[in-house]
Amino acid sequence: MQSTAAASVSASAIASGGGARSEPARRPGGLRVCGLRGESPACPSLRISQAPARLAVARAAAATNGAVAGSGGFDYDLVIIGAGVGGHGAALHAVEEGLKTAIIEGDVVGGTCVNRGCVPSKALLAVSGRMRELHDEHHMKSLGLQVSSTGYDRQAVADHANNLASKIRSNLTNSMKALGVDILTGVGTIVGKQKVRYGKVGFPEKEITARNIIIATGSTPFVPKGIEIDGKTVFTSDHALKLESVPDWIAIVGSGYIGLEFSDVYTALGSEVTFVEALDQLMPGFDPEIAKLAQRVLINPRKIDYHTGVFASKITPAKDGKPVLIELIDAKTKEHKETLEVDAALIATGRAPFTKGLGLENINVVTQRGFVPVDERMRVMDADGNVVPNLYCIGDANGKLMLAHAASAQGISVVEQISGRDHILNHLSIPAACFTHPEISMVGLTEPQAREKADKEGFEISVVKTSFKANTKALAENEGDGIAKLIYRSDTGEILGVHILGLHAADLIHEASNAIALGTRVQDIKFAVHAHPTLSEVLDELFKAAKVNSGVSHSVNEPVAA
Amino acid sequence: MASLASPSLSLHTVPGRARLAAAAGAPPRRRRVAVVRAKVREIFMPALSSTMTEGKIVSWTAAEGDRVAKGDPVVVVESDKADMDVETFHDGIVAAVLVPAGGTAPVGAPIALLAESEEEVALAQARAQALSQGPSREPHPPHAVAAAARAPPPPAPVAAPATKGIATPYAKKLAKQHRVDIAAVVGTGPHGRVTAADIQAAAGINPKPKVAPPPPPPPPAPPAAVRPAPPMASGAVLPPLPGGRVVPFTTMQAAVSRNMVESLSVPTFRVGYSMTTDKLDALYEKVKSKGVTKTVLLVKAAAMALTQHPAVNASCRDGKSFSYNTNVNIGVAVALEGGLLTPVLEDADKLDIYLLAQKWRVLLKKARTKQLQPNEYNSGTFTLSNLGMFGVDRFDAILPAGQGAIMAVGTSKPTVVADKDGFFSIKSEMLVNVTADHRIIYGADLAAFLQTFAKIVEDPEGLTL
Repeated sequence: MQSTAAASVSASAIASGGGARSEPARRPGGLRVCGLRGESPACPSLRISQAPARLAVARAAAATNGAVAGSGGFDYDLVIIGAGVGGHGAALHAVEEGLKTAIIEGDVVGGTCVNRGCVPSKALLAVSGRMRELHDEHHMKSLGLQVSSTGYDRQAVADHANNLASKIRSNLTNSMKALGVDILTGVGTIVGKQKVRYGKVGFPEKEITARNIIIATGSTPFVPKGIEIDGKTVFTSDHALKLESVPDWIAIVGSGYIGLEFSDVYTALGSEVTFVEALDQLMPGFDPEIAKLAQRVLINPRKIDYHTGVFASKITPAKDGKPVLIELIDAKTKEHKETLEVDAALIATGRAPFTKGLGLENINVVTQRGFVPVDERMRVMDADGNVVPNLYCIGDANGKLMLAHAASAQGISVVEQISGRDHILNHLSIPAACFTHPEISMVGLTEPQAREKADKEGFEISVVKTSFKANTKALAENEGDGIAKLIYRSDTGEILGVHILGLHAADLIHEASNAIALGTRVQDIKFAVHAHPTLSEVLDELFKAAKVNSGVSHSVNEPVAA
Repeated sequence: MASLASPSLSLHTVPGRARLAAAAGAPPRRRRVAVVRAKVREIFMPALSSTMTEGKIVSWTAAEGDRVAKGDPVVVVESDKADMDVETFHDGIVAAVLVPAGGTAPVGAPIALLAESEEEVALAQARAQALSQGPSREPHPPHAVAAAARAPPPPAPVAAPATKGIATPYAKKLAKQHRVDIAAVVGTGPHGRVTAADIQAAAGINPKPKVAPPPPPPPPAPPAAVRPAPPMASGAVLPPLPGGRVVPFTTMQAAVSRNMVESLSVPTFRVGYSMTTDKLDALYEKVKSKGVTKTVLLVKAAAMALTQHPAVNASCRDGKSFSYNTNVNIGVAVALEGGLLTPVLEDADKLDIYLLAQKWRVLLKKARTKQLQPNEYNSGTFTLSNLGMFGVDRFDAILPAGQGAIMAVGTSKPTVVADKDGFFSIKSEMLVNVTADHRIIYGADLAAFLQTFAKIVEDPEGLTL
């Protein structure tokens, strides 16, 4: 195993000569390893994993890790800086591949996702979903249910979120310990090629060597200048997730995933919400059609209003008996428009990479707006545009796609490469979800993006839609709100994007994301059978609704006719 | 004890009409009012889904002055679910658009006026003007039945309101829905902001008791203004008995409850009268096959009697004057599952029993499917409640607000009757009990009315004319 690893390193080093490619993540480059079905027998993600065999390897590795020093005089085969979801995913896969692995964490295992992000927010959203349902008299009545009164205990809700985070954190820690990943405590700094120093404040620092290093330091909430955070009345998601208060009226600056999810939580718990969005439309990252419907379902009927096309130029926390003051300026003209007076403000304007103190200057790497520049294989690029050998960066720190599971996928991709199998992650196959009620999920391109690509590359696209209103299971739940939308190439049937708004959309998206990852075309997946009655039939209907100009597709894409 | 859901919207609409009649000059009042009702129709914001409470006008496909035919799409409405074309139910000319594109209106609120012919266009426009100049809460709130007819008037705008025009998101939404001018509302929330409760108070809606009051936020914002107690806190709430089940009122039940409580402010008295019904029963047997019910016959009889006794068809609206109604519109109490409605047979004195019967069937169907238009349940001038079919021999009805009298009819049953010569015979006899507002209707008025009514019932040939 060790030899394989060594071989892989040299292989990737050779490949790195021409690896100056750094196309934006969302634009599929020419190289698509996991492109169309059956085209690339070497595509690693297509391998059906032989689970028992792999497990045995992992166990063997766990037994040997730590006992035997890494090959070639290195302390470790792989050192990961940052034990978030990305680092964790990479560590697990590395052990599976037989690499001696260590992970350095300066804070708590689990990173943002587990401690201050996806995980505790899901606990709050679980509460908000139930509150919403219990409060909806019409909904309950139509199901024949009678509920006399509902209420909640803020501290108990907060505890639920906190308990969930600690539970997941200990699961994560245990899974790494069980596999023999060394968890090193302290802040990791790269001091030179394949060399990392780490240590806690007040303790002697240690230096270790590693054949490969992955930077996975993640991100922190981004706070625009002019905004004063006090953690009580003006705060970020970090504080909000502790649910120390439920303000009567809260302004949420930013209407992306984070803002939208928190609006769901706060309105369910009785707050009124005002969105402040710099762009002209709410939910700017979403497919426009989905955003429009989401506004109808998630914004308009709720106690929410919004200001679009404005910046919050100055936010002052509540003090001296005064409320939180938010000064709004026009996003274009920068003229003062209005001053909001609210009880609290949540800053959800995105996240900034956490890459300070990494010692990147020691290896001639310059961050771009804080992000570590990487190529499509997550190899770190130095100031001259050359690949830094044996150094990778995954997750929020590289800014390609700031999602926990994207970080993990990137980590696995890197481990694949250092294990000797070239691998390029198809970011267009990574799904994203927003856990509002109902949920929103998406994978691939939005319709405008797909149209742009189609114009550029000269092909036709088609769009089909299905509604949750026609789905038996959704109607049984009395949750018929929602649509699913498929964007595909009219000629080949290639799936370009799928967008869902509706009950359990986040769980439904994977059929589409898997299809994109595996290159399954719509004319093939439409024959897959879905259990009845399930929500998955919404996608079944969607695939069946798609019409592909098969004459063209067969001649072009299936040269080896059956 | 029978109780009646009074047409809770009556106060709303009738003055609106009266004002309109005044605005349009004062030609023969009777005709004028009838014309208004028949020829100018309101196009209402439709309920496009069961959860829709308000709708946004995306665009008007018909412009003012356009002639439209029944079934033509006139407007595109964005509901909480989708954009939908809305068709008109009548032929006519779009005389006035009350809610322009981009505006929102609660379900059931008029969004345009449809005139039947060119002549009515001006009338409709005058009416549109009257509507728009009306009080801010002129449009019906979303739940017609629950409309707060007797809401406390909005707090008089203070000369120099302390509010800086800061209103919470929900307050803004409610203000838009109920056409409340936020600038005129004095905010009682923290830092003087206008809250949803302020708007509800201004619009005269009972704020729902907050089920889950969120704990006060720890941020050290000292309560600048203590929230006043809910404006409509009424009566002590009795503790529930153990083992019982508490089922909150539906909106209709809440309206009934409110109207019943309100009726306590009116001094009423009752007069009973027994009459023989053999001839009426015989007539009923004859016309039964044509779909005429006993109730319809009684409505007709009451209407005929009312034309001779206009005092009983009057009402006292302000405590200072008689309001004589030009039309005889008879509301009939109908028990519905979990509620009570009084669909109104308009101009019952002018229509023959067959037409009345036909109209009644339509109203009943609409009542059961909750599709009554406001004028079909709030325009009554007199109410009839018949419990005879249950074998009830006599009962006593509560006077609905805005009306002068209500008639409670028992069953007609064979009774031994002695005539003036001392001969006994068995005759069907029915007891009728009328409750009336003694401010305007005196004992003799009611007695005379009942006498006339009894004459008509005992010699019912006139009913078929």
